[in-house]
Parts: sequence; structure tokens; C-alpha cells
Amino acid sequence: MSNEFYALQVNGIRHEVRDAWVGESLLYVLRERLGLPGTKGACEQGECGSCTVIMDGEAVCSCLVMAATAVEADITTVEGLSSDGEPTDVQRSFVNAGGVQCGFCTPGLIVAVHHLLDRNPSPSDLEIKEAISGNICRCTGYGRIFEAVRQARDARTTDTSGGE
Amino acid sequence: MSVINATNIEEALAALQADPQARLIQGGTDLMVEVNFNRTKVQSVVSLRRIAELRRWHLDEDGKTLRIGSGVPYAEMERPPLSIHSPALAEAARTVGSPQIRAAGSLGGNLGTCSPAGDGLPVLSALDAVVHLRSHDSARDVSVHDFMVGVKRTTRQAGELIVAVSVPLLPGFQGYAKVGTRNAMVISAASSCLVHDAVGGSVRLALGAVAPTVVRAHDTEAWLATQISLTGTPKVNETLAREFGQRAARECAPIDDHRSTADYRRHAISVLAQRLLLRAANHSMGAQKGEVA
Repeated sequence: MSNEFYALQVNGIRHEVRDAWVGESLLYVLRERLGLPGTKGACEQGECGSCTVIMDGEAVCSCLVMAATAVEADITTVEGLSSDGEPTDVQRSFVNAGGVQCGFCTPGLIVAVHHLLDRNPSPSDLEIKEAISGNICRCTGYGRIFEAVRQARDARTTDTSGGE
Repeated sequence: MSVINATNIEEALAALQADPQARLIQGGTDLMVEVNFNRTKVQSVVSLRRIAELRRWHLDEDGKTLRIGSGVPYAEMERPPLSIHSPALAEAARTVGSPQIRAAGSLGGNLGTCSPAGDGLPVLSALDAVVHLRSHDSARDVSVHDFMVGVKRTTRQAGELIVAVSVPLLPGFQGYAKVGTRNAMVISAASSCLVHDAVGGSVRLALGAVAPTVVRAHDTEAWLATQISLTGTPKVNETLAREFGQRAARECAPIDDHRSTADYRRHAISVLAQRLLLRAANHSMGAQKGEVA
């Protein structure tokens, strides 16, 4: 089978990828072919987490996904987390807590934290550390990032319990 | 460009038969690093990601064997119920990369790549795992010891697909420990798996990242059997555990490379094996007192 193009389902929209090379990573295709540069690339070997996207419900490194094998997968990037263009609760908590410095790791972290809180709305501090252990930040020392996640967690927990 | 996104095993095998040189890809955590850094140029690919059958595991009817599909991700091995059936595999899985890597990586990839530092491989060695291979017209089972033949070299033939791995369900302690340059998200500089078969009585010790393939420390295992039994209330003291570690270190053949030095690897193995034996002994004592750890 020779593919002249393949289709990817990203943030609920079907995109056709044409004239691609077989080995292109999902990260490359998102940024360079689909105009979705929110996902960042740094290490290209699955160590830094800045390219984290959600694929079929799992947070994965898009640099390690061969894009042409991601057909039929449901892919969500940082651009797709908010439906109305407004920052999500997690993005707001990162701003409020000062969890953003240079900002390069931020999109990957935001995706990883959404993935965590969507599966586990009230993670312990250890679970938070575990969930973002695949996302490296060279600026913050992580303290304010953890604080941001705690704020987002507490806000969601409060909302769902009827408000206080 | 040619990419086959197989949806079942037969489709993948037919594609492999048509193009035996096609690269197989499951989670991509090994192959894509090679691709991203231009170390390999892929022409044709058979993707296994969408084959549900490779992502299943089950216990055989006799309840003695666990069969794990080659595409089951590490993330599933580290959690119950799978972690209960194979504690050492769960411990090894927890040390693999990051959550993102563990959501993608699998034993099929670990075996197919056959890196000396593959975290699942010492566990498979200690458990005397069987690798199940299929091609379009045949199927065969190979002992993991015969499957791994060198650095990134296996006895998998062109046209063959690793479909699953079987390991025995053993009562008794199982542990995995590794050392790297930091605690999280690190490739092993040295690793070790110790498995105690509390019924058969054997203690198995496998060492990773200290030779071209995983080393089974047969001499150390045989020596330990002359010293103590781990079943019951084993009398493992620090001196015995230290000698156990030192003997294990003498069975490896490590090298100096970008990750570590041969000397440090030997030292690390002696410490890891020693700690695992002490943990195993404590586990046996706890089991005697009814506190299953």
C-alpha cells in the first residue's frame, strides 16, 4: 500500500497530510505541516516531555509517535484543550501561581496536568509529582509548578463538591 | 512511502511476508529516536499499534503461566491486576522512562530492540520467559535465553513477529533494582532482578547492562543454594549478602561507555544483588509471620 496522503484527527478536526516522508514524527507534522506550533520540540528522544500530547486517552511524547501510524487515533494538543479560546483552569492556575518562566516546557506540562486531573481529580502531592515526572523544566525548580497543579486540583475539587 | 497500519496479527504477518525488511513499530520509543537522529532511514514500516490482540494478557487455564501480549504497555504492567501476577515486571516497568514512555513502550519492543540496558529483559531472564514468535506460515516458541544473542541482536528471523511472552506465576519474592545517573527517567547503567520460587526453592539472579546481553548469574545462584534456603526463615546476614553481591559482580562482563564505567558497573551489581537478597530474606520472614509484603 502506498499512501499519497494520510489523515490525522487532531483536536476534533480531520487533517490530511500530503507528500510526507514515512519517518516524520507526529511532533514534526503538527508543527510544520498542520500549523499547530503549540506543541514544543526539544530533545526528540522522549526525555523532556515538552512535546506531550494526548493520543487515545494517553499522554505520550509526540516526538516518538510516527505520524503516519497515528491514523485513526484521537489526538489532542495544547491548542485543543480549550474550546472557546479562553485559558483553561490549569492554564489560569499556572499563571496565578507563577508556574511559567521561559514558557518552553509549559505546553507539555499543561497537557500532562489536564491528563492527570481528567483521570484523577484529586491527586496526592506524590501522584502529582509522578504524573509530571516526564516533563522537564529548567527554570522554575518546579515549586511553583506543583503549586499551580495543587491550585487547579483544589479548584476542581471545590467546584464538584458544590462550592464552598 | 509505505506504512501498513495493521489491525490484526494476520494483516501484519502478510505485510511482513511481502516486505521482510519492513521495520516493525509498536510504541516507537526506540525506533523513533533512531529516526529522529538520522541513525536509521526507514523506507517501509509495519505498525502494530492498532492490533488489539497484542495488547492483551491472560493467565493460562492451569493458572501457572502468565502470557503477556508484546504490545501491552509498561503503564499496564506497573498497575494491578497485572502487577500482582508479576511483581518483578511491575517494579521494572515503574523504572522505565517517564509516564509518557511507559504509556507507549512494551516488552515486544524491549525484546525486539534487545538493548543490554532494556529494563524488562533481566526480569524475563530471571523468570526463564518464553518468547512467542509468528510468521505468515509458522509459529515457534523460543527461550528468552536463546532469543537474545548480542547487543541489539536476536534470533528473530525476517518475517517474524514477537506476539507474546510467557512467564511462570511464582509464589515468593520478586524484585528489580537499577542504577543510573539519576533517580528518574534514566537508562540503566546496571540493573538486577532476583526471583525466588518459594515452591521449587530456586533463587534466580539476572543482571542487566553489564554484558552484551542479560547475564544469568548461574554460579552465584548455585553458590547461594549451598549456603541457605530462602524458604522458611532464612538466615541471611550482611556477610552472606555481601559475598552474594561480590560473586554476582564477578559474573558480569561490563564495558566503559558513555553511561558508566566497567568498574562502577561491577560495584553497582554487587550492591544491587546484595540489597535484593536482603529484601528477599525479609520478605520470606514476613511471609512466615503472615505479613505479606
